[in-house]
Amino acid sequence: MSCPAVIELTDLHKIYQQGDSEVRAVDGVSLRVDPGDYVAIMGASGSGKSTMMNILGCLDEPTSGTFLLDGVNVGDLDDRALARIRNRNVGFVFQHFNLIARTSALENVELPLAYAGVPRAERRQRAIAALTQVGLAARLDHTSAQLSGGQQQRVSIARAIVGEPVLLLADEPTGALDSHSTAEVLDLFDGLAVEGRTLVVITHEDEVAAHAKRVLRMRDGRIESDTRQAAVTDPPPCWNRLGAAG
Amino acid sequence: MNLVESFRFAWRGVTANKARSALTMLGVLIGVAAVIVLVAVGNGASRSVTSTLASLGTNTLTVTPGVTKSSGLLGLHRTAAGEDANTGTQTRAAVLTSEDAHALADPRLAADVTAVAPVVSPAGVVASYAGASHEVASTIGTTSEYLTISNDQVSAGRAITASDEQSHARVVLVGTSVAAALSTEPPETLIGQDIQLDGTPFTVVGILVEKGSAGARDSDDRMIAPLSAVQDRISGYGDLSSIAVQASSADTVVDAQTQVETILDQRHRTTPQARDFTVVTSASMLSAASSITGTLTIMLGAIAAISLLVGGIGVMNIMLVTVTERTREIGVRKAIGADRTEIIVQFLIEATLLSVIGGVAGITLGALLCQVRIAGFQLVIDPWSVLIAFGFALAVGLFFGIYPATRAAALRPIDALRHE
Repeated sequence: MSCPAVIELTDLHKIYQQGDSEVRAVDGVSLRVDPGDYVAIMGASGSGKSTMMNILGCLDEPTSGTFLLDGVNVGDLDDRALARIRNRNVGFVFQHFNLIARTSALENVELPLAYAGVPRAERRQRAIAALTQVGLAARLDHTSAQLSGGQQQRVSIARAIVGEPVLLLADEPTGALDSHSTAEVLDLFDGLAVEGRTLVVITHEDEVAAHAKRVLRMRDGRIESDTRQAAVTDPPPCWNRLGAAG
Repeated sequence: MNLVESFRFAWRGVTANKARSALTMLGVLIGVAAVIVLVAVGNGASRSVTSTLASLGTNTLTVTPGVTKSSGLLGLHRTAAGEDANTGTQTRAAVLTSEDAHALADPRLAADVTAVAPVVSPAGVVASYAGASHEVASTIGTTSEYLTISNDQVSAGRAITASDEQSHARVVLVGTSVAAALSTEPPETLIGQDIQLDGTPFTVVGILVEKGSAGARDSDDRMIAPLSAVQDRISGYGDLSSIAVQASSADTVVDAQTQVETILDQRHRTTPQARDFTVVTSASMLSAASSITGTLTIMLGAIAAISLLVGGIGVMNIMLVTVTERTREIGVRKAIGADRTEIIVQFLIEATLLSVIGGVAGITLGALLCQVRIAGFQLVIDPWSVLIAFGFALAVGLFFGIYPATRAAALRPIDALRHE
């Protein structure tokens, strides 16, 4: 493939010191994720998948090993440059949404663009477009307290995609949602994958993993299995079925 | 992100948590307003006392019988000897006499003395007129020079004259409060009328210009009559209560004091170490009064400082709690691309906004409260109190707004996000 990998991990380790004992949360992972891929990382709690997610999102630093994000070695960057990377290259979807309280959906979605220095008018326009894409065009002025869990998660997806990042990271995105909202969110992810975006979803639910083109299972900080369910260039496996249903 | 954008974020932060913002501002407001008002009370009291004393003239001296020690309250503690002289028992010679007053008017021995007035002030004189009676707070029997020395003028009628004194004329000048107590008519209508002073008829010839009240004391509840007539009818020919002396100018007061003391020492055969009289200058009274009001201002200032401190601690408290509470928000902001500076600038502006709005509201409230007259005097705002109170409030707000925010912003985003 001619373009660089979105993610390229080489012999990555993350070791925590917990009292006297060492916890090897990530223990020698090497991984390459190509543009357009939709990867689910699965594992029991304590398998190291959340630590992986934090490192991939530049929220945490590895103890050793290298991490190239879109060809850039993240380990070389200072606080300011890391902030820029998180802002421009990564979009986050959290389990508990993490919207700014008492602030409207529109303002929440505009936030990454504001930190990126996008002018106000363009910011508003792009935020409205992103919220329309997740089906919330009618709720621009609602604050998180006025939105259901599924709606809040869709706002946070809009916030994640509004900056056109190369990588969309989701940490248990359906963990706090009912089955109906879960279906909506997974549907949105499938749509984003069809558009060609690169997604990495951390989950412990098989239902979520079934939507991914590639499933990694982690155990004790290592990748235990790596299963491809659809080719990188193909639509995600559940797309046709859901598309027909929708 | 530019400054306008940071300002907008900060403003949103202030308006998004209205109760918290209001409480923070209230702490600043109360502290600042308390300092301004309390210092203004001390200032106003001091200004009022000073101006009352200044209205007596800066070039006057008062000779009183007995020895006063400057250690007591107001520096004017009269000894037992003075008390004795004052009650004017007939068995012993008077300490201060009209002859003493005459002697002080000697232009050769007392070159810096321009006017001298002997004064008797009998206590508890009852004035009555047409069925109304009133115990006058201050009755003064004196000569015409007294009016010059004490800066007194008549607003209607005439002043007392030297010929009134010589002819023992039973005439009297009354203050507006006395006039009001005796008659419901305007004060001028009393002119030409006879009023009874302890049973003796005196003719009202003039109304004294209003002086206003100083604190609880009514300066207009007083009468001035010729010395000779007062001694004839009311006080008797005992000791003088005092001798009022005017120096040629404020600069010669000290010289005049020396001259007065020398003359009286000769007449009384006393020495500077053992005198039976005391000379007090208006300057010495002023400095005694200023030292009291100065203490008052410091005391009120200390109380105000404590309230400012308490207000400051309230601000600290709220700022610390909210930043801790908002550590997750800081984590989210960092996760979606804010760097450390952007976070700190936002919290800096938020803290500044809260402190400045609270401070300005405190200044406004303080200034409004200072329009109220307390105990009859005008409060005087000290610009320094405004500056210091506002500066302190701002400093506390900024420090306790920024310091925890700086710490939170320095956390790795993952730690800030996990913060509970």
